[in-house]
Amino acid sequence: MHYLTLKRLSDDLHSKKISSVELTQHYLNRINELNPTFNAFVTVCEEQALKQAKAADIRLKNGTAGVLTGLPIAQKDIFCTDGVKTSCGSKMLDNFIAPYNATIVEKCNQAGMVMLGKTNMDEFAMGSSNETSYYGTVRNPYDLERVAGGSSGGSAAAVAGGLAPIATGTDTGGSIRQPSSLCNLTGIKPTYGRVSRFGMIAFASSLDQGGPMARTAEDAALFLNAIAGFDEKDSTSAKQAVPDFTQTLNHSLKGVRIGLPKEYLQDNLPAELAPIIENTIKLYESMGVTFQEISLPHTKMSMSAYYVIAPAECSSNLARFDGIRFGYRTEHASNLEELYKNSRSEGFGLEVKRRILIGTYVLSSGYFDAFYLKAQKARRLIANDFQHAFQEVDALLCPSSPGIAFKIGEKTKDPVSMYLSDIYNVAVNLAGLPALSMPGGFYNKMPLGLQLIGNLFNESLLLNLAHQYQLQTNWHTMSPEDL
Amino acid sequence: MQLTDDDVKKIAHLARLNISHEDIHFYAEKLSDIFTFIEIINSVPTDHVEPMSHPISADLHLRSDHVTEIDQHQKYQRNSAQVQSGLYLVPQVIE
Repeated sequence: MHYLTLKRLSDDLHSKKISSVELTQHYLNRINELNPTFNAFVTVCEEQALKQAKAADIRLKNGTAGVLTGLPIAQKDIFCTDGVKTSCGSKMLDNFIAPYNATIVEKCNQAGMVMLGKTNMDEFAMGSSNETSYYGTVRNPYDLERVAGGSSGGSAAAVAGGLAPIATGTDTGGSIRQPSSLCNLTGIKPTYGRVSRFGMIAFASSLDQGGPMARTAEDAALFLNAIAGFDEKDSTSAKQAVPDFTQTLNHSLKGVRIGLPKEYLQDNLPAELAPIIENTIKLYESMGVTFQEISLPHTKMSMSAYYVIAPAECSSNLARFDGIRFGYRTEHASNLEELYKNSRSEGFGLEVKRRILIGTYVLSSGYFDAFYLKAQKARRLIANDFQHAFQEVDALLCPSSPGIAFKIGEKTKDPVSMYLSDIYNVAVNLAGLPALSMPGGFYNKMPLGLQLIGNLFNESLLLNLAHQYQLQTNWHTMSPEDL
Repeated sequence: MQLTDDDVKKIAHLARLNISHEDIHFYAEKLSDIFTFIEIINSVPTDHVEPMSHPISADLHLRSDHVTEIDQHQKYQRNSAQVQSGLYLVPQVIE
């Protein structure tokens, strides 16, 4: 039961084959049994979940239930949850009880979903392997010696390991797509502004975007329907009409044009990914999709631009942690400056400090033009590349990550090599585009993901493409127990 | 690009972080690697390119100016380590 799709579980709840309390208890039992191994959850909300499940069962009985009512969900611990610890994977917020709900959480509550708990993550979402979490590394359910990806690694492991049927993630430079790829999930980073960032603890405000991490494109569409939309509380939220993403899943793909970015697919494409891309092209061609090579000439600048812009925004956002109003406070301070410095130095981990230092440097007097302004100009060129491509094609196809999940500890000593694990991801965030990762096959019994990138606000096409692919393939149905 | 130990000390102070004496060189080394990798950005000319600070060009919207929140300062202040009579306590700043 724990590997069933959200859609199937919804049908079972509505046809009274199972109650929400039974379903919730089943997942809570799974969490109790397996979380010590995966380390996917940092907080489990047993009492609250069963209370929500009981309320959902009443709605299911009296006919006021929606399609998501009674379905359990795991929330990434970056989303504020009223009355529940919201740590963001950091010692800095280990004692923080959020006093309000993030809009995503509020929308899940309104839909009648049941929050099982909060998932582990890289500290302040800064990492690609979940190894920077204050609460320890998440283990990949497909191989416990390997990472689950990051920063939404706990969410990925929770769904892949059958501890939750769906989870939320956030994606600043690949943090939904890369762990989805490494854990055989379908994850979508929506267009910037599509999903409210209110109550989502900020890392890089012009790049961050929340979204679903699910088993299938259909599940991702169902959940995106519930969380997308304009939010008055987020000034960067987009005033765009939200389509029903489930309505277009079965549209014909005849005539859809997909671009193959040569910068991603020719230079240094790992050998295990080449056959997966080739087979996918053949499959889509049989559905009437046409392919053409396209160029994103400024791709080589994207990692550098990202590692200026994201740390710059991080250093500004994390300036709020002063040890005074919330979060960790040092016990060793005789004046205000010591209070700031000691609280921040004792409360933040190594990678967070490193990024704050990078950001502070690129924003400092004398370096602003050379780094920050230059990166913003590069960002424009990168975004323009995509807009030129979308004049010729409807979507782009490339890998989600450069290979299978790496071994725990393999890249921790070399930050640049860790950063490069998001090489296929960061340009999308710089341009604000939607992009989806879906299961594309296995190599050495480990999952590999495919990435589809769409034009602004065209999540529907990505979900349509992924759903049609999943009707013809079975990679997404595989679980760790099948291998 | 090489960052010196003094560079690290200076930016750590700007960021209000303490980096211990033993760790300064470690940070300088790793940050130098990262800036060497960032410098690729200089390989492409960007004269006359308009900087892009935000992915969506639409104007940011404003809310209408009316009260939507009730006073919940006690709830919010529960997350502070030291509060007294509704005020946050910090080390003495004025002699």
